Amino acid sequence: MPFSTAFTQRLLATMMVAAALLAFMSVARADNGVTTFELDNGLQVIVIPDHRAPVVTHMIWYKVGSADETPGGSGIAHFLEHLMFKGTEKHAAGEFSAVIAEIGGNENAFTSQDYTAYFQQVGPDALPTMMEFEADRMRGLILTDEVVAPERDVVIEERRARIETSPGALLSEEVEATLFQNHPYRYPVIGWMHEIRELDREKALAFYDLHYAPNNAILVVAGDVEPEQVRALAEKTYGQVPRGPDLPQRTRPREPHQDTNRTVTLRDPRVSLPSLQRSWVVPSYTSAEEGEAEALDLLAEILGGGVRSRLYQQLVVKDGIAASAGAGYRATALDDSSFSVYGAPRGDADLETVEKAIETEIALIAEKGVSEDELRRARNRFLRSMIFARDSQSGMARIYGSLLATGLAVEDIDAWPDRVRAVTAEDVRNAARRYLASSAYVTGYLLPDEGVIQ
Amino acid sequence: MSAPMMVRNSITTRIENAAVAFILSLFFLTFPSLGPAHASTEIQEVRSEGGITAWLVEDYTVPIVALRFMFEGGSTQDPEGKEGLANLMTGLFDEGAGELDSEAFQLALDDAAAEMGFSAGRDAISGSMRTLAETRPEAFGLLRLALTRPNFDQAPIDRIRAQIVAGIHARSRDPETAAQIAFAKAVYGDHPYARQSEGTPETLATVTSDDLRRLHSRLFARDNLIVGVVGAIDAETLKAELDRLFGDLPENADLVSVADVEPKLDQTVRIDYPLPQTSLQLAYKGIARDDPDFFPALLMNHVLGGGSFTSRLFEEVREKRGLAYGIGSGLSNSRHADALVMGTATNADRAAETLDVIREVVAMMAEEGPTEAELDAAKRYLLGAYAINNLASSGAIANTLVGLQFESLGLDYIQRRPALINAVTREEAARQARELLSGEPAVLMIGPGAEDGE
Repeated sequence: MPFSTAFTQRLLATMMVAAALLAFMSVARADNGVTTFELDNGLQVIVIPDHRAPVVTHMIWYKVGSADETPGGSGIAHFLEHLMFKGTEKHAAGEFSAVIAEIGGNENAFTSQDYTAYFQQVGPDALPTMMEFEADRMRGLILTDEVVAPERDVVIEERRARIETSPGALLSEEVEATLFQNHPYRYPVIGWMHEIRELDREKALAFYDLHYAPNNAILVVAGDVEPEQVRALAEKTYGQVPRGPDLPQRTRPREPHQDTNRTVTLRDPRVSLPSLQRSWVVPSYTSAEEGEAEALDLLAEILGGGVRSRLYQQLVVKDGIAASAGAGYRATALDDSSFSVYGAPRGDADLETVEKAIETEIALIAEKGVSEDELRRARNRFLRSMIFARDSQSGMARIYGSLLATGLAVEDIDAWPDRVRAVTAEDVRNAARRYLASSAYVTGYLLPDEGVIQ
Repeated sequence: MSAPMMVRNSITTRIENAAVAFILSLFFLTFPSLGPAHASTEIQEVRSEGGITAWLVEDYTVPIVALRFMFEGGSTQDPEGKEGLANLMTGLFDEGAGELDSEAFQLALDDAAAEMGFSAGRDAISGSMRTLAETRPEAFGLLRLALTRPNFDQAPIDRIRAQIVAGIHARSRDPETAAQIAFAKAVYGDHPYARQSEGTPETLATVTSDDLRRLHSRLFARDNLIVGVVGAIDAETLKAELDRLFGDLPENADLVSVADVEPKLDQTVRIDYPLPQTSLQLAYKGIARDDPDFFPALLMNHVLGGGSFTSRLFEEVREKRGLAYGIGSGLSNSRHADALVMGTATNADRAAETLDVIREVVAMMAEEGPTEAELDAAKRYLLGAYAINNLASSGAIANTLVGLQFESLGLDYIQRRPALINAVTREEAARQARELLSGEPAVLMIGPGAEDGE
């Protein structure tokens, strides 16, 4: 039903990756009392106690997303996410939502390329009920054509609202489709319109039967609760769901070696200020060699994270040629993901000037590296973001859920601060050299359409 | 792409239904629903020696301090012909203060592990700081400088102004933006609420550093100041900090009075544009926040379109017919105008059908009001939602502390509120439905063929 948060973030990737990253990498180390265990049926459980308010965040994460879809059937992961609200044998459609609403709770769900998650925020007394409902729909979903058809229309409207009414979103979608030549990250999470129209009840149920099972899921409970309570409740609810068949390895088609730079241009009469984004395929935290993702992360921060970054200071402040400029790294992904830079001109400067200036800054970092002072500041921002992150129970639940669902372990999260501390200026320069000095990239241009009269 | 002040916006009015988010450029939604207090959220009223009052929630779980404050008098205080002044000003507080220039100030903020943000609403300037407990003295020292001795140097003025102008330019061919501007004019006439708070390129061009200094000295004073603090700080320390932070500000603000305005309803604004969807916004009569019938109206609205997945509008428009992805309604309250607003976006071919469904749902509510069962469910939602919506993080609690003071609801409001909600009868809610929903609304339609009528 849901407003797909992860999905939105993906669309806004270039703008938001840096911010999202700070949020989701900000973790552990500090004595945070995080507990993890596994049920006999393979369900992994994470408990993050936080007793400041009488609230719990209950999330179930399935290790399946749009990149696990069959070619030609894009959008099924997200469509199924919508259909998961349509009731089970035990509970009619709308019953779960009504129960949540009546106690003042929040609920939603979201789909990304690598995972699908469902959550409720409620008072601690309601946790057993949430777990019972959520465990019930893990295997008990009932779908009729009567509910599937209007929901497909809802998703079609969602695609129109999110993508087709926004020139920027359309461009980003096609930049992704061009950047990834073989890997399914090239398909939009919401699906292509012509393929969404073909989705139906059978396809949804087949996808559900294949991927929704305790041994393909992670339960995260954060808030006013103790690990032992969660364990007892989880065994009573989720523990009764039989283990599903072993799932195949999540091996997706890999990117070939890329040799070309490509451009994707969208002209639209609604655009008046031109802008550009450029993306490279780079390793994610999951696919990188040890230390490399941390270096890319810090590179994104130093090159283009916020108002003290090189791109902002040089293009926006010193040269005065850009209205905006920055960089972002999609750190959380099962497979190789992307690193992006973006910018838009201001005043008399044109887009080409901005593009050249971005290229100059990248070349400068690749040649001369970063200063110790820049590195220290970026590192400190990352490290203190871990403390700020502990201020939000739902934020912490999302950090753990998204990282575990993309193939990391709790130990990786615990080790992250030390790995960030270990990154040297040399490592950052090497990351820039290895990935951004490459000419295999995609540049997306969003341009005014001067020919069309409104 | 956005100017930094938009990114740094830190205080937002909570939206309980995301579907109405886009209407907020015109209307402020009602302050977050507040429900039963939690024992641990004990609010202390702290009064400094210098006579500055703040509300404090002391909490040492996470070693951070969150501070929010508000100066009554926002963009409505922009002088005629200088529209956008307040918004521009809020982009300049980290661009140099006291002896520190822009660069020195930003580096010092970073060293103090502080995040600082300012934003201009129509009725108030809001500000925030979040910092680690151990660096709080340095961080607050910088905030004090920003508040009391901002430099307003010419170079940052020119740069931030150019970024805002670039943002205005970037949206200048966007039909949604054009529609919002047209709708504001139609609904508010020549009241300041009809103005664009970011101004226009023409009005921004006239702004000088003297204008900024004058506005700053008019608006930043002690008698229009509201403060909320949450985190690792005790009352005695806070008292001293309050005098240090705000003690040098003038005692009295110098605000021009702004008239109350009755939004002009019973009219339709149509913007014809070949978009893939038609976006619909409706504004009905509203109710003042301090009206004794506010809660009957709030509960009635919750049944109509306030619930995320459970309202009548959600059921009829989305669930039964699949006409839209998002649909909702909300009470909008600002200092000088109130309205009940609704919004959705739908397939252009079905816009007329959607509008018919909405008006039918509204008409039925106006005639009969909510049922007993619906009213009970809405009460339980509003009672239970408090902790989740208002206590989920230090920043959320600090926002609540500021909001309660802004609405003059009193230190005991959270204790009184459940009784106010429980006392509402079905007849009272039905009377509010009649009162607010019987008249013809103001309607905004943006989409293909919108000018051809419904």
